[in-house]
Amino acid sequence: MAPSTDSNVKDENSQVSYKKDINTKTGRILQNKKHSNDIFDVIEYLQSEKDKEIIFATNACKRVFCQLFYRGDLYVGDLPQEEELMSGDRSAEEKYRIFMRHRYNNCVELLLENMGHEAFQVKEASLCALMKFVEAEGKHPLQNLDLIEHYIFPRELLRTLVEHLLSTEEDMSLLISRFQEFLEMDDVRYYVMSSVRDNIYRVMGRNKKAVIPVYQNNVYTLLSNINVPSQGSKIKHFLVKQAYRPEEWKAGKLKEHKRAFEQMWLLFLKFKLPSSMYKKILVILHESIMPQMSDPTLLIDFLSAAYDIGGAISLLALNGLFILIHKHNLDYPDFYKKLYSLLDPSIFHVKYRARFFHLVNIFLSSTHLPAYLVAAFVKRFARLSLTAPPTALLILLPFICNLIRRHPSCRVLIHRPSAAEEPCDDPYVMEEEDPAQCHALESSLWEIKTLQKHYHPDVAKAAMKINEPLTEQEEEISEVLELSTFELMERDLKAERKTIPLEFDTATELLKSPREVLGVHFSLE
Amino acid sequence: MMRKQQTFSRGLSDKVRKSKAAPEIQKNPFEVKINRKKFDVLGRKSKHDVGLPGVSRSRAIQKRKDTLLKEFRLKDKNNTFIDRRFGEYDSKLTPEEKILQRFTLERQRTQDRKDMYNLNEEEELTHYGQSLAEMEKMTDVIDSDSDSEEKGLLSAELTATHFGGGGGLLRKKSAGDDEEEEHKPRSRQELIEELIIKSKQEKRERQTQKEEAQELTEKLDQEWKSIQNLLAHKTPKAERTDETDKPKLDQYDMMVRELGFEMKAQPSEKLKSAEELAREERQRLQTLEADRLKRMMGDAEEDAVQTNTHISADDMNDGFILDGDDRKTLAYKDGKWNIEGEEEEKEDEDGDEEGGEEEEEEDDEDDAEGEEDDEEGEDDDEDDADEDHCDLQSDEGSEDEDGQGAEEEQVCAEEPPAVSEEQKKAAQEAAKAELPYTFPAPESYSDLKQLLQGHGSEQQRLILDRTLKCNHPSLSAGNKAKLQKLFGFLLEYVGDLATQNPPDLRTVSALIPQICGLCQMFPEAACKAVQTLLSDSGHSMEETLEVKGRAPMPDLDMLVLLKITALLFPSSDFRHPVTTPAFLFLSQALTRCAVVSLEDVCKGLVLCCLALEYVSLSQRIFPELLNFLLGLLHLTVSDKHNMGYTVVSPFRRQGKSCDLLVLKDPNVSHSWNRKPISLQTAHRLPAQSPVERDHYRLSLIDSCLDLVKRCTWLYKDLPSYAHIFQPIRALLLKHLPVEGYPAPIQDLHREILDAIPEKPSQHAPLVFKKKKPIPLKLFTPKIVQILDYGKKRGNTKEEKERERLKHKYKREFKGALREIRKDTRFLAREKLSDVMSRCVKRKVKELYGSLATQEGEWKALKRKNRK
Repeated sequence: MAPSTDSNVKDENSQVSYKKDINTKTGRILQNKKHSNDIFDVIEYLQSEKDKEIIFATNACKRVFCQLFYRGDLYVGDLPQEEELMSGDRSAEEKYRIFMRHRYNNCVELLLENMGHEAFQVKEASLCALMKFVEAEGKHPLQNLDLIEHYIFPRELLRTLVEHLLSTEEDMSLLISRFQEFLEMDDVRYYVMSSVRDNIYRVMGRNKKAVIPVYQNNVYTLLSNINVPSQGSKIKHFLVKQAYRPEEWKAGKLKEHKRAFEQMWLLFLKFKLPSSMYKKILVILHESIMPQMSDPTLLIDFLSAAYDIGGAISLLALNGLFILIHKHNLDYPDFYKKLYSLLDPSIFHVKYRARFFHLVNIFLSSTHLPAYLVAAFVKRFARLSLTAPPTALLILLPFICNLIRRHPSCRVLIHRPSAAEEPCDDPYVMEEEDPAQCHALESSLWEIKTLQKHYHPDVAKAAMKINEPLTEQEEEISEVLELSTFELMERDLKAERKTIPLEFDTATELLKSPREVLGVHFSLE
Repeated sequence: MMRKQQTFSRGLSDKVRKSKAAPEIQKNPFEVKINRKKFDVLGRKSKHDVGLPGVSRSRAIQKRKDTLLKEFRLKDKNNTFIDRRFGEYDSKLTPEEKILQRFTLERQRTQDRKDMYNLNEEEELTHYGQSLAEMEKMTDVIDSDSDSEEKGLLSAELTATHFGGGGGLLRKKSAGDDEEEEHKPRSRQELIEELIIKSKQEKRERQTQKEEAQELTEKLDQEWKSIQNLLAHKTPKAERTDETDKPKLDQYDMMVRELGFEMKAQPSEKLKSAEELAREERQRLQTLEADRLKRMMGDAEEDAVQTNTHISADDMNDGFILDGDDRKTLAYKDGKWNIEGEEEEKEDEDGDEEGGEEEEEEDDEDDAEGEEDDEEGEDDDEDDADEDHCDLQSDEGSEDEDGQGAEEEQVCAEEPPAVSEEQKKAAQEAAKAELPYTFPAPESYSDLKQLLQGHGSEQQRLILDRTLKCNHPSLSAGNKAKLQKLFGFLLEYVGDLATQNPPDLRTVSALIPQICGLCQMFPEAACKAVQTLLSDSGHSMEETLEVKGRAPMPDLDMLVLLKITALLFPSSDFRHPVTTPAFLFLSQALTRCAVVSLEDVCKGLVLCCLALEYVSLSQRIFPELLNFLLGLLHLTVSDKHNMGYTVVSPFRRQGKSCDLLVLKDPNVSHSWNRKPISLQTAHRLPAQSPVERDHYRLSLIDSCLDLVKRCTWLYKDLPSYAHIFQPIRALLLKHLPVEGYPAPIQDLHREILDAIPEKPSQHAPLVFKKKKPIPLKLFTPKIVQILDYGKKRGNTKEEKERERLKHKYKREFKGALREIRKDTRFLAREKLSDVMSRCVKRKVKELYGSLATQEGEWKALKRKNRK
């Protein structure tokens, strides 16, 4: 134990010493230009092994350089090489500025590097310091502004920052969520959007359009954090105040924001994405992306590509397509045919089942659909129901009944008195892709008949309904859309029962019962 | 009714018309009045269609003459009542004196009788107003001791001794008798003496008869005594001492009473023969089975039965329903439960079992001497276990062949017990030597754990058994709650045993009878406990699913709990508070739990077995089960391209852990032989050589295929049978690497493919269920008790009654009014006739008078003229 305490003491000593050291040095730098060489020591701390030292040094740098910005002690304009510093004939003051500017650049580089540090605190401190510098640079531009029209914003610094934020090797989602705070500022957001666009273009171009999951995930995290304000009047919150004609500044216009947002997303979606990314994007697409775009119809390429992928992604793409069809007058050929081909056993097991059924319910709610189409859907759903879990069946069975109610010509599926008593093959062709060719209208819903023997009482009851003429009133399926198995289980667990029937032949052993199956295949030992 | 009425009326008319004339009157068309009917109502018999107004009028008049007229004549002619009792109006006498004097007078009056020849009759003596002689007679019937000579009359001595005598009265009377005798003429003296002798002789004869009878009864008594010892088990001691103390005094009474008591104590239910017991048992099982089936059919059906209240006209109202639910008990399709065949022997065994239980219960009650009883109980338990085992075997046997009792019994006999009897006995003996006999009911789970841990499985069972007996609810009020809690603890303990490393499933199995017993005792508590466990487990699974998207397979404890649930509660019910959630839990586990290792495959197979067990009786469809089996078979396929089927969650078409069941070495199939998989491997697979692992895989595949086969049996009657098994068929036909499998598995594979048809079978198109025509209710007569004819108003019984009474009152009132009018008319007529009759006399007198005066005048005129 002793050595550890020793080391603790040492640690404390060193802690105290580095704090004192940094503090005295920063004090001296700011007090007297003679001590400006101390900045090297402070910057050196940024490369320290210890997180605390780095953080402390980062804060110190932030303080020092902000002060220098304020004083105007940083060189403005094109920076001469440090080697040339001595050769040129400059005043000592100017030399000092150039020197400090070089140190500032060093510091920024190190901070950007530190954004890839392992410790989050370090990353966070670096990010905050850099943003502080962005703010300071915005107030005291380091470039010579010969043109007055130029709006002052440290684009270059922000661009490099974004570049580091969107790492291709590391998941930066935590830092990006920290960065969100700065995205509240409208000008920052605007310039981030444009720099992200550049960045995607460059990175993806470099990678020859191959999938880079980590990078794309980072981009997605950043993009999904960007929210364009709904009204132009709300754009007031700037990091850098513009003195000259702020109303004409691009960063102050909603239209420009929307355009930047749209271009950024379109560029991102243009490249091939991993399938999990597709799902993530499609989940939020209709809620947080489409309304913020100036022209959502531009998403049609992405959506139809996603719709063609198949499986859960197609299901999710439906939602976006629906909005486009519904609100933006998109004409989608063979929409129902594609929807029909989407139906396979996996739709009951995906996470987005509720959303899917909600949409299908909307798609098939029109009473002007042809009977053969509805019948094809009904029959296919019925066939698929043979593999569905009870929670899905509780959606599916009322849904099928509703469809038949809406389309009385489909009633032959459950009631065909003309051909009663004559056994026939099922004319329905499951493999047929085209709903018009699958002969669903000539079939009957024997599958529902089968489900009347389902083990769950509610399902069996729902299936029983086809035995008798359906009631006029449609059943509400929105209540059961989100029903989980456990909720279904709780219904029975919570229900009050007066009597509890018991098995009447009492068991004597674990694997001995009148209808033993487990004991046939398994033994206790 | 009519006839009665007729006879009645005829009787009356006879009375009126003084017989004979009546039938002629009835036929006389002038007398008969026919009442016109407005409508002819079929089946109604009216008693008023023909009337005889003349007859009834004359009857009424006659009646009035008999009653009213008499009253009328006696009107204003009343009598006065004069009380002539002695001293009634004498104010000087006190009431006591009055009574005394009256009494003496009365006595004197009676003593003055002239019947001196009456020997048997004396004056009647009374006691509290009742005749003493009567009283005597009543008691004398039984009391054979009383003197028969004095029957009916008491001697003077007797009365003197008993009542202090009649005093002077009696003596006086005897004196009077003498006097009277003297008064009688001498000539009759002989006759009288003869009479006396005769009567005395008769008396003597009677006495001798009675004595004989008494002797006979005494003899009978003695004989009875000799037999009595044979009949009764033991004569009570008290009686014997009595006998010695007063051997003759109360002997008979005692015995009679004894006999009476014993007769009361003796009767009990007739000992039932084995056949009767069997029949009862069968009946019990049949009702239980019918009940189960009803529950299986579900609530909807039940409701339908209940609402069917319409009763046919042919209903005998004896509770017989033609629908024949009873018959369904015999109608099991694939012979799994063939009541006819197997009941016979099952009954006997169950009967035994019950006997055992009863004994146990008795044990509970007198646990103080628990040692021997416990032993018995244990033995019984063992026997039960063995027998049940046999029973089970026979059950399975009957799946194939329709129960042939003899053969099955042979099977039972052949079945060797797992552990030899001696060993078991020895183990028990040892256990008993160590274990105490009473245990407190554990208050917490840790108590129970302490109690049971460190003992062998048999010992644990014994401890639990004794705990249950010591804390039987009948022994103390608080025991019920304790045992209810114990059930929860036991389940927890079982769960712990199953999650131990290695799992101690033997002990779990040994504890099953106790768990079952507790469940039978407290169904509600058991239900709650299992529900809580299911709910907790389901909830935690749901949570992991929400967080991670996939959950691990449930542990062995959950599997054991699900199995126990199937043992305790009927899984065939349409809806059941425990098994329905258990179904859902199974479904959840089979669809959402990831299969990433061979252990998971094994657990999944266990779940499938359980699922199949759950639905095997009710033959309900379990889509998740089939999906899962398909997924498992998919794991055996190495080439995942070009499939003709889709696998669903939790399996994936391809990816890692998608070839868990692919054999690594195709040559292992020769060394594989079929044997049950150990449940413990579901918990953790021991490190094995690659060959062993492949054997394990083969076992899993074998079980999986067998389950598929069972499913095909189970669902082959469903309309979508072929569609359901289509994916499995496609997989088995084209993708399963069956060539590399051992022969038994290949056979299984072939059997399944034979069972699944290539083309779906034909079915009639669906039509709505024909609505049952609403039966015409007309043919059922509505039977209402008619209290009174006429219009009925009011709905409730009270209202009707009130209406009825009102109506009756009105009618009676009217009738009375009419009667009164008739009476007055009658009286008026009588009065008038009286007056008239009086009037005629006066007129005659007047006429006579006038004639006389005329005559007189005429004579005077004539005399005048003569002069």
